[in-house]
Parts: sequence; structure tokens; C-alpha cells
Amino acid sequence: MAQEILSTDPYLARFNAAKAGLPGAGQSWLSELREQAAARFRDLGFPTQRHESWKYTPLKAMKGVSFAPAGGTGQSASLDRVPSLLAPLLPESQPPLRATLVGGAFRPDLSSLDGLPAGAKVEALGALLERDPGVLESWLGRIAAEGGDRGDQPLLALNTALFDDGLVIRLGRNVVLDRPLELTLLGPLGDEATQLHPRILIVLEEGAQATLLEHHFGYGDAPVFHNGVSEIALGANARLTHVKLQSAPASTFHFATTHVTQDRDSVYDSFTLNHGAALSRLETRVKLLGEGADCHLNGAYLLRDRQHGDITTAIDHRVPHCTSKEVVKGALDDRARGVFQGLIRVAPDAQKSDGRMLNKTLLLSDKAEIDTKPELEIFADDVQCAHGATAGEIDHHALFYLRSRGLPEARARSLMVEAFLTETVEELRAEALRPLLLERIRDWLGTRHDDTPGKGEQAA
Amino acid sequence: MAASVETVEQVQSLGERYKYGWSTDLEMETAPKGLNEDIIRFISAKKDEPEWMLEWRLKAYAHWQTMPEPKWAKVEHPPIDYQDVYYYAAPKLAEKPKSLDEVDPKLLETYEKLGIPLKEQEMLAGVAVDAVFDSVSVATTFKKKLSEVGVIFCSISEAIQDHPELVRKYLGSVVPYADNKHACLNTAVFTDGSFVYIPPGVRCPMELSTYFRINAENTGQFERTLIIADKGSYVSYLEGCTAPQRDENQLHAAVVELIALDDAEIKYSTVQNWYPGDEDGKGGIYNFVTKRGLCKGTNSKISWTQVETGSAITWKYPSCVLQGDNSVGEFYSIAITNNLQQADTGTKMIHLGKNTSSRIISKGISAGRSAQTYRGLVRMGGKAEQARNYTQCDSLLIGETCAAHTVPYIESKNRSARIEHEATTSRISEDQLFYCRQRGIGQEEAVALVVNGFCREVLQQLPMEFAVEAQKLVGISLEGSVG
Amino acid sequence: MLEIKNLHATVDGAEILKGIDLTINAGEVHAIMGPNGSGKSTLSYLLSGREGYEMTEGSVLFKGKELLDLEPEERAGEGLFLAFQYPVEIPGVPNTTFLKEAVNAVRKYRGESELDAMEFVKQLRAKTKELGVNPDFLKRAVNAGFSGGEKKRNEMLQMAMLEPSLCLLDETDSGLDIDALKAVAEGVNAMRGPERAMLVITHYQRLLTYIVPDKVHVLSKGRIVRSGGPELAQELEEKGYTESVEAA
Repeated sequence: MAQEILSTDPYLARFNAAKAGLPGAGQSWLSELREQAAARFRDLGFPTQRHESWKYTPLKAMKGVSFAPAGGTGQSASLDRVPSLLAPLLPESQPPLRATLVGGAFRPDLSSLDGLPAGAKVEALGALLERDPGVLESWLGRIAAEGGDRGDQPLLALNTALFDDGLVIRLGRNVVLDRPLELTLLGPLGDEATQLHPRILIVLEEGAQATLLEHHFGYGDAPVFHNGVSEIALGANARLTHVKLQSAPASTFHFATTHVTQDRDSVYDSFTLNHGAALSRLETRVKLLGEGADCHLNGAYLLRDRQHGDITTAIDHRVPHCTSKEVVKGALDDRARGVFQGLIRVAPDAQKSDGRMLNKTLLLSDKAEIDTKPELEIFADDVQCAHGATAGEIDHHALFYLRSRGLPEARARSLMVEAFLTETVEELRAEALRPLLLERIRDWLGTRHDDTPGKGEQAA
Repeated sequence: MAASVETVEQVQSLGERYKYGWSTDLEMETAPKGLNEDIIRFISAKKDEPEWMLEWRLKAYAHWQTMPEPKWAKVEHPPIDYQDVYYYAAPKLAEKPKSLDEVDPKLLETYEKLGIPLKEQEMLAGVAVDAVFDSVSVATTFKKKLSEVGVIFCSISEAIQDHPELVRKYLGSVVPYADNKHACLNTAVFTDGSFVYIPPGVRCPMELSTYFRINAENTGQFERTLIIADKGSYVSYLEGCTAPQRDENQLHAAVVELIALDDAEIKYSTVQNWYPGDEDGKGGIYNFVTKRGLCKGTNSKISWTQVETGSAITWKYPSCVLQGDNSVGEFYSIAITNNLQQADTGTKMIHLGKNTSSRIISKGISAGRSAQTYRGLVRMGGKAEQARNYTQCDSLLIGETCAAHTVPYIESKNRSARIEHEATTSRISEDQLFYCRQRGIGQEEAVALVVNGFCREVLQQLPMEFAVEAQKLVGISLEGSVG
Repeated sequence: MLEIKNLHATVDGAEILKGIDLTINAGEVHAIMGPNGSGKSTLSYLLSGREGYEMTEGSVLFKGKELLDLEPEERAGEGLFLAFQYPVEIPGVPNTTFLKEAVNAVRKYRGESELDAMEFVKQLRAKTKELGVNPDFLKRAVNAGFSGGEKKRNEMLQMAMLEPSLCLLDETDSGLDIDALKAVAEGVNAMRGPERAMLVITHYQRLLTYIVPDKVHVLSKGRIVRSGGPELAQELEEKGYTESVEAA
């Protein structure tokens, strides 16, 4: 089987040329980290379908595109083409807390962080690496490395080698953010094919609590290779609600790897809505390292045209008495292809682990495709683990019922899909954030192509 | 049916856990150890095969040499030294026996001891048996009675001689020689196996069964089974396997191909009890088997039932390709691993035709330090309108040092196709065990009882004659796993 | 038959029973009543041998043997039967199979010959009829999908088949409607006899109007605080636990 493999050469060349100038270059620990990552990336190469965890997500669409590094272009990018810039996502009476990156570069002028409580720090990664790199040494690259390398994360290595900016969010002991922090990640706004490797580090110390609203979007038709990595460490009893909206433009290849470590009794409650980009893969790996840790990875994918969207998760129960729950649902239209891969791993001795996973997909068109792989890997006996998966179309009986009550077919369909997806939104425990997600889902459904018979084919 | 009580008594009286661990002393004819083109020519010549068979074997051998070992299964073993294996071992016979009376009495005794009497007067009523000993078929019972209704049941070697048109048409049509490394090796070196053809409209009047016995040391067993159910026919087929207790690992790489034409049904059951190795993982069979059924005709049905308790390593995915519209595939499986056994087993249901449906019920029990993986693929092709799949996959853990994994692959390209998959993993319930014990049932028996209950849905699929045997096997396999 | 002396017991390290003395002779029916958390279930699980319940002091003699030295199945063999508060479901195991295994295991322990299939089915049919149990029960898996009342009747059927000498009824009345309760009580009463003793553990007096005990004990905070005749149950019903316990 001949595989189309993307060449690593331009990226390695870029690393060698840029490494002396990357932020924190003077730090030996960081240089070493980057060198190791570059070597790892060279050894692994870009993922191919021969990597078990990349079986369903080929990268061939990226072949032949030469992506120029975004570098600091985001600092000076014109915002002319961005309409109604950055309206707050949530209707709040208080001014929102917001940190903004454009093309991967932090933009203080577009951020508003004045309302942060004492003990909460939100800073640009690049600047912090220049100013006080020592505080990052025990976190950067370490959270992701926890649990070893299974040889299937070359993109993580590539980010580590090349990141030049991003965000660092730190909350001290018992510091509580009283309103959501919006992370606005606007794509590069140029006309060139661009690559960016933003890095986000989030550390919540014992008892800290925060809600993050991460929004990826952009404008323009230029191809973008977005390769983001987030590292999140939750201390004992810390609590993070993390909502992600991936709404990148149709010319984007969006890859995001999130690594989370959870100390005892901490809670990570996340919801991912994946509906942007031509090709996307949102990969989340959670390591439950302290007893009583609780992890919820929920999400939805809404894909159409020729979009390819991949949600891959791995939850590693490393110690006893942890719980995890995952509900991911999706609707696929046109020729879209959805991928869900979920792994619950229970280590030897991690007794009394409770892990549940559910994936459900609605296929809305004849050409849509879903590939799903819910996986259990259990090395302890006193556990309760389960997963379920379904795929199929809208229930004809229910559809008929609605139509017989006078609803037009298209409306009946979108109501059914909405109801189907609402279930997963309701898994998010932060109720205040649900309307935002439901609104996005309704928007998507509202712009759905009408596929009632006879109207599906474009006459012209 | 106090199967579990009997089981425990049986085990205690035997004093050792694997009751088929003895071997038969026979004068054997073997080809030299190792694998090369000459060995393949030797096997082919020994069987007096037509040229096309030899060519096919050599083509497979050439391809096999280029194939890497499959690495994706969750099993671990040292690299296999393919040159350290005998590829042909057969009891020495002056001439091929024409009837059972001429078969070496020692062989008949062997099968009797295994509970498979081959002599006419003692044969299992209602079950025809093909007995395969190391590399060759030594006897087939009820041949005459079957031929009266047109059913062909013989060794594959005989079929190549007597029914070349059928063999040539179907052999390798479901599992091509290059399918995977183990199947490819089998194609190059298979020595015998069973052949079944059921003519149109015939319901096979009895259960057909092949009993495989590995006896010789350092010998691989590579059998090939081909079953063709012509239009509107039905057959139920059962395969059993045992091997002597030996310290070294022995290789078993079989290929089974099933073809069901329009309205035909094949029910294929396996009770696999190859020697599993001892408590420390020494010895045992490497069971690397490719089994696949093609529902070629409309309304055809193929049903796999397997009870896998033996082998050091099991690597096996009995599958159905549902090509004919309205065809049905089923997979019912019990896999039990104990001590240091490893099993990576499951199924593939490939839906190609309209209205096809499949059902997967898998029950895995891991005990001791064993590791088990369910690996299954359900694929709905673009044209599989209204296709259905239901999968239920449950794992039971006994003891804190075992492992159970579930790796399903679900792929759908058809919106009208519906897939439902459920899986659970939990340990054997303390409450259930205590309840049984409070009623006077001992710990071992309670485990056997609860596990048999857990497996019941699958056990019920087995032909009656073998269900009781399988139920006992469940108890024996878990001996020593608790307390 | 059963002689409990100064019994102290712990569950997960916490002391639940704090010195119980209780003697039950053959032919007697005793009732233990008490509020939730008084240690009632602990007593029945400790006597039947469930894991996690530990005697820290005292002794329990059953027919002269140290009961707590025996494995659960040995206690059953000796003639101890626990009717569970929550009978356990065992999917896939038919009731008949289960009962036959149990009856023959107990017979074997007692040195009696095992029943063959014919004889067993004959006895089972007779008992089923006697207790008015739906014969469908026998084919279904043990307790799987049974209603609360069906489960308790199934317990009575098992008790009748195993012919124990001491029956422990653990909150057998909980969750039952009045008809089911009467049916269960009838089953129990039918088994009363000079050779058999019973210990009825309950929270409610209601059951004791149908199974009239010889003696009633009140358990509170791990101790028997009052003992008396059947009239004590009536008093508890009228005055409530708090007052009755304080009166002690």
C-alpha cells in the first residue's frame, strides 16, 4: 500500500533555521526539549493511516501545500476584514475577561484582562519565556509527556519544536474566576498559506476554579495549518469547565492536541463543538492521577460538504476511585466524514474505576460517512466500564409523526437533529453555557442544505 | 444439568487440568524440518496434486516471504522460527485405508479416548466425523449415508482429486492467498482438512464434524476447510481440537472458507481446546486462524459459534461478508483465558448487500494473569441499504491480575444502515457468589455456575450434543482461578 | 440450636454490634426488630458468612459448632438458610439448575445421596404447587427480571427445598404489598415445626401479625435493649422505637 506521506523536511529545515531565535532559546532545558521533539518528529514523520490512531484521518489533502510560518504576522495583521470584531460570546453584565491570539500571536490590544482576581495570571507565552522562563520549566512539555509516548503524536512533537507564542494561564490556590475567561483564537488573516503552532498552558492550583470558553475562528480563503497544543494541569480539588468551539474557515487544517493531568478530587468538565475547518482533529488525552478525580469529555460534531472531523480521546484511569464519562454525538451531511475514537484505559490497581462512553451519529445524507472506535483497555478487575455506539439516520416514524402534525419535512428534520444533539449539550454541567452551544447548533441546522427529494441536486 | 459439579469432580479426579494432554506413540512419516520450495513440492507430490495446486502454493510461498508479521493484535510472543517446524507429519500407512476396518487400531483408540469413537457401531449418532491427525485426515464416518443425499463430506485432499471443479472454483475465493501472513503460509503448506458440499435444496441429515488432533512434536498443523452450501441447502458443522501437553509452542495456522449461495444456511461451531500451556505459560498452541464466510447468495445465512478455551495464543476473527441481499451473519463467542493465555479474537461483519443484517454476541472471561481482547469490525458499505447490526460485547474479569480489552471498529457509509454497539466490562459479582454459597454451593462451583449463566446466550447456539461438553469446559478452564 | 454470646462485630473497621446475647431453641420463632442502622442486617450477614463482616469478640454456637469458623456453603450445609433482603439476580442460570445444584450440594454435605433428575423435579413440582408458586419461575433465570414479590416467593421456594434447621428472614417484608406478604408468611408458617427455628428480622410490626413469634427482641445501636413476647411488637407499633427504647 503506497501511502502519500507529507515530507517533514520543510519543517525540520524551518526548525534548524529558526531555533536560535525562538523565544526562550537561551534556556538549556527548553532548547533540549525542542531538540528532542524535533528528533521525535523526524523519526515518526507525519501521521499516516498506518498509525493505528490515524487510521481514519488521512492528511493527503495537505500534500503539496507550502505553509509559511505565521511568526509574528498576527501582531500587525489588519482587522479590516473581521466584521463586528469579537463581540462577547456570552451576554454578561460584567465586561468579559478575554485573551486574544491572532495567527497564534498574543494581542494585548484585543484582550481585556483587567478584571482578573489576585492570584490569577493570564500572560503571553512568548513574553513570559523571555521574562521569567523558570516558572514554566516544570510544566511545559511535562504535562504532555506524562504517561509516555505511544509513538502516535508527531504533531505534538512538531508543536513543541516550533511554538513561538501562545498563552499561559495560572490560578493560585483557591483562586476562583467569577466569570468565564474567553480565549479568542483568530486565525492568521493573510492571503498566504500559513502554518502556526500555538501553545497554551493552563495550571490550576489546589482548589482553584475557572471556566474557559475557547473559540477558534478566522476569515479568508488562504490555507492554514493550525497545529495547537494545550497542556492543562489541575491540582487537588481544582475545577475547570472548558468549552471549545472549533469554527475555523473552510480552508483550514485544524489540529489540536490537549493533554490534561488531574490530581485528586479535581474535576475537568469539557465540551467540544467541532464544526469548522476542512480537516480537523481534536485530540484530548486525560490522565487521572489522583483518587477521586472526575472527568467529563462531551462534545458534538456537525459536518457538511467535504469536511472531515475527527474527535479522538483517551482517558487514562491511573489510580483507584476515579470516574469518567463521555458523551459525543454528531450529525453528518453531504459528503462529510466524521471520526470518533475514544479510549478508556484502566491501569493495574486502579480499582473501583468507573468509565462510561457513548458515541452516536446521525447520517443525514447518502454520501456521509462515520468511523467510530470506542475502545476499552482494562487491567484491573474491580471496575465498571461500558461503552456504546450507534449510527443511523433520523427515525422515520418520528419524522412522519411530526409531519402528520403539520410540520414541513425540513423543519421536522432539523427539530429531530436538534433534539438528538441537545442531549449531549445537557451533559455539560455548567448550565449557563448551554444556550451558547444550542444556538450554534441551531445556526448550523438553519443553514443546512434542503435535502427534500427533488431539491438535493443543484439544477445549474 | 449439574455440569459444574461434575466438572469439578472430573478435574479433581484427573489430578491435572488439561485432560487431553497425553500423546499417542505411532510410527510417523515426516518431511524434513523447515520450509522451502522443496518442502512445498514434497507436500504437493505426497498428495498427488494437480499442477494448478502446486502453482498456487508456490505463489503463496513467494508472497509469504515478503510479508511482515502482523503486529496489531494485543498478543506477545517471541518471534516464530518457521524453520524449526515440521510441515508434514503423518501416521505411516502401507496404503490408504479403504474402510475404517483398515485404520490403525492405535488411531481409533486415540479418538475413542478423546470421546470421538470412529467405529461404525459406536459412532456418535447423528454426527458424521472427519478425523484429522497431525497433517492428514485418517477417517471420515457416515460417508456413504451422506452420499445417498448427495452431500460430499471428505478430506480436502480427496476433494482435490475427486471434485477438482468445485475446489478450483471456490478454494481461495473467500480468503485470497495474500490475505494475511498466516493465511498465506497455510495456502503454501496446508496438508489436509475437510471439504463439504451440500447440493441444492438439501438439508444435511446430520451434524458434520471435524476433529483435529495435533500429536507429533514440533509439528505445525495447517488445515484447510472449505464448505459450500448450494442454493437452498442447510448444514451444521462442528470442529473440535486438542493437542498433547508439550513444553514447546506449536503453530496452528488454519484457514476456513464458507460459501453460502441463495437461500442457503451454514452454521459453523467450534469448541477449541488446544493445549493452553501450563500455569507458568510454558508450552501451548499458537492458534492463528483465518475463518471467513461469504454470504454470496440472496437470503443466505452464515452463523459462527465459538467456544475458545484452549491455546496459549488465539488470533482469530471468524467473519462474514454479506454480499447477497437480505443475507444474515451471526457471531456468537465465548472466550475464556486463564493463567498466561492470550486471546485476541472477534469478528468482521462486512455489509455489502441491501437489507443485510448481522448480530454479534461476545462473552469474554479473563482469569489468572491472562489477557484478552475483543476486536471487531462492522462495516456498512455504500450500497448496504437498510442494513442492520447489533453488537453486544461483555467482559468478565476474575482476579486482579487479568486484563480485558475491547476494540470495536464501526464504519458506516450508508445513512439507512443502523448500527448499535454495546460493551461492558466488570468483575464477577461478589453478591452472586455469596448468594450461591449461602445456598450451599461451593466457591468453584459457584464461579462455574455464574460464568455459565453469563455465557448462556452463546451456549444455547451450540448443537445439543456439544452444549453440555462446552458447559463443562467452561468450568474446567476456570479451575484454580479463584480463592 | 443457636447460641450467641457477647457478640461484637465490625464492618469496615466500624463497630456495629456491641455485645449481643441471644439463644434460640429448636421449635422457636424469634423476631428482632429495630430502627434502620441498629445492626439488623449486619447480624444476618455475619451469621451467614458474607465477606467484610468481622466478629471481634464473643461466640456464636450453631448446633454446638462455632458457626463463624465455617465457610458460607458449610453453614448452609449445617442447615442455616438466609432469606435475603435483596435476593441477587443471576442472569442466564435457570432457577431449576440453581436449585438442583444447591439441594445436591447440601445433601452431599449432610452425607445424603444426591437426588437424580427425576426425583428432584418431582419434589420441586410438589413444593412449587404447595407454595402456589408460578411454575414459570423454574425456567426463568434466578431472580432476573423478577418483581420484588416474586423474588421473595422464590426465596421461600428455595427455603422449602433446602429444608434448613435455622431460617434467617432478613427484612423479608420490605417492599411487599399485603397479598405478597401473606403469601410469604404462609410459606414460612408452613415450615414451622419442632425441629426448626426461625429468626425474623424486620423493621415493621406488620409481618409479625402473620408470622407470630414466640419472642421479640429490640435491637438498638448494636445491642438488644428489650426482649418480650409477641405483645412487645404491638407496643413498638403503637409507641414507636424511640419511646420503647427509652423505656428499656
